Amino acid sequence: MDLQPGDFLFELWQARFSLWAGIVATVSSSALTILASTLCGTLLGLVLAYGGPIARALARLYVDVLRGIPVLVLILFTYYGLALFGINVPAFWAGVIALSAFATAHVAETLRGAVESVPAGQMEAAKAIGLRFPQRLRDVILPQALRRMLPPWVNTGLEVVKGTTLLSVIGVVELLLASQQVMARNYLIIDFYLTAGAFYLVINAAIAQLGAALERRFSYLRY
Amino acid sequence: MIDYHFDWSVISRNSGRFAEALGLGLGLAVLSLAIGCALGLACAYARLSGKPWLAWPVRGYVELIRCTPLLLLIFFIYFGLPELGLYGMDKFQSFVLTLSLYAGAYMCEVFRAGLASIPKQYVEAAKAIGLRPWQRQRWVVLPVMIRITLPSISNNLISLFKDTSLAAAIAIPELTFTARQINANTFRVMEVWLTASALYLATAWLLAALLRRVERRYASIR
Amino acid sequence: MAGNVLLQARKVHKSFGETEVLKGIDLDVAQGQVVSLIGASGSGKTTFLRCVNLLEEHDAGEILLDGEPVGYRMEGGRRKRLSEAAISAQRARIGMVFQQFNLFPHLTAEENVMLGLTRVLGKPKAEAREIAGHWLARVGLEARRGHYPYQLSGGQQQRVAIARAVAMQPRLLLFDEVTSALDPELVAEVLAVMQQLAESGQTMLLVSHEMLFVRDVSHHVVFMDQGRVAQAGPPAEIFGNPESERLRSFLGRFHGLFAL
Repeated sequence: MDLQPGDFLFELWQARFSLWAGIVATVSSSALTILASTLCGTLLGLVLAYGGPIARALARLYVDVLRGIPVLVLILFTYYGLALFGINVPAFWAGVIALSAFATAHVAETLRGAVESVPAGQMEAAKAIGLRFPQRLRDVILPQALRRMLPPWVNTGLEVVKGTTLLSVIGVVELLLASQQVMARNYLIIDFYLTAGAFYLVINAAIAQLGAALERRFSYLRY
Repeated sequence: MIDYHFDWSVISRNSGRFAEALGLGLGLAVLSLAIGCALGLACAYARLSGKPWLAWPVRGYVELIRCTPLLLLIFFIYFGLPELGLYGMDKFQSFVLTLSLYAGAYMCEVFRAGLASIPKQYVEAAKAIGLRPWQRQRWVVLPVMIRITLPSISNNLISLFKDTSLAAAIAIPELTFTARQINANTFRVMEVWLTASALYLATAWLLAALLRRVERRYASIR
Repeated sequence: MAGNVLLQARKVHKSFGETEVLKGIDLDVAQGQVVSLIGASGSGKTTFLRCVNLLEEHDAGEILLDGEPVGYRMEGGRRKRLSEAAISAQRARIGMVFQQFNLFPHLTAEENVMLGLTRVLGKPKAEAREIAGHWLARVGLEARRGHYPYQLSGGQQQRVAIARAVAMQPRLLLFDEVTSALDPELVAEVLAVMQQLAESGQTMLLVSHEMLFVRDVSHHVVFMDQGRVAQAGPPAEIFGNPESERLRSFLGRFHGLFAL
């Protein structure tokens, strides 16, 4: 059977480089965002849980504000705003910054919840054996909080992957926009939306699997 | 800060448009939540029916929706359905359909957990006074379940309201689309986006406060 | 046995998987009588009660209420399960009070009592409210009619649950260890309400560990042991002349009580 122009498989083969570039953009922006927001969110979450009154109030304000504004608005604001102040960053980075700012708020809230779910007696017992605060965190509290953190953290990861589609609005050619550009050439609208959907499914399923594996790995942490 | 002179007149000149846009977003969210709740409830009962031919398709629907980016879903339904021969929906109907399908999947999980968490003793007490199966659902199980899930329903409403920003992608004149248009026409970047953000934030907070009050009113379950 | 027989159980069997919980129960309750089931936990008392109200379905034998089989009808010599509607109608004639009260948490005390009256008996709201008020007054809770379950003590909740059951004017009222979940100081108020009901001629079948109450209020006491009726008779006979070793040892646990 010879594939003709207009056949889905033919067009898919034609579009392979564009789609691959889109997947790379989606995966790399997701990975960067998850990495940055996990680091910043953990720090901010610790401030929420243990910070002084002023630091805590500021962190709370940040978290509540960022969670109350749609991600798309954050992205557009960051994109236009940075340009306005002469900070010339490509759309890709503006998008990653906005997504990270959003995900940081979620990770922070998750971490606070997880840390506070560790029974108070654990902190006291750690104090009683003479551990200093960073040690108490690293060796006693965080390992226990980890298990509570995993499911919502994985969820945030899924949200981030889905959120990267919004970068298309500021012109980042990620998977969704790449697919749309392909459709503009061959008019196979249904086929390529379904293809894009399938790719997202695979990426998200991979993250969910990873999360499940991590949960199994840490399932011994019960209390 | 670099030289930027705020000129808020752009906001006051367009206050009517902002208000309309905000109202439209809220309306879309509430409508989609209502349809999504009905859909979600039906799906939750299907999942708990014990009939695999009902439960599995619903499970597939829920997982599929949860793994698919909303923006892709919006485009697929708006541009894709006509390709499949389903014409006749304008962009508003198409968006409400999308957001309802989206909300339905999330509400299905909320209601499923809610129904599963109702102690079976309540159902037994309802049996003992002679209520029939549908009466037990209508007068005991559903009212209790709604009260249990009220916080999740409110969170979903707020999420959906934020999600209406994506309607901008198919040129529905809600808040984000309107802000973008005014931004493009006036280049008052800071004023426009600060206003849009503040409006989203204030609405989300107001909704949250309002819904907490409703929850407290119905907090007869401890 | 005196009077009309209201409830008749014949050779009732019930298994949960491999475990046979009821191994052929025979038991009669006459109109206006108070019959008590006693026995160690796991002896099948509660299961039997739940079978009478169709919260469990018995596997074999029959349970007759007013001569009518509960849960089944015979069709060509085979048992056939009744429709849900028919089962609900039978349940409406049998009231049940539970160990854990099981008040509907979203309804006030009054609404809890009214629900069955309006939805099952089809009474108008005003009449149902009046009946609810009457029965809440009888259990001493008229002042609490607008309270939600979480605002009431355990004893008060159980009294509302009793009002909810009696208000339906059931032919038979089942009590399943209704004081077991209560703090000791709240037990008396619930027992007082039950005694009042017994004296008013309400037919009652109860499972209880309150031996003094059982002795003083029952017309007939049934000692169950490992899924069988081990001994049955008037309280004087059961408590005064326990035949079997097992009944003696069971009652022995309450020995201090009867010395009073």
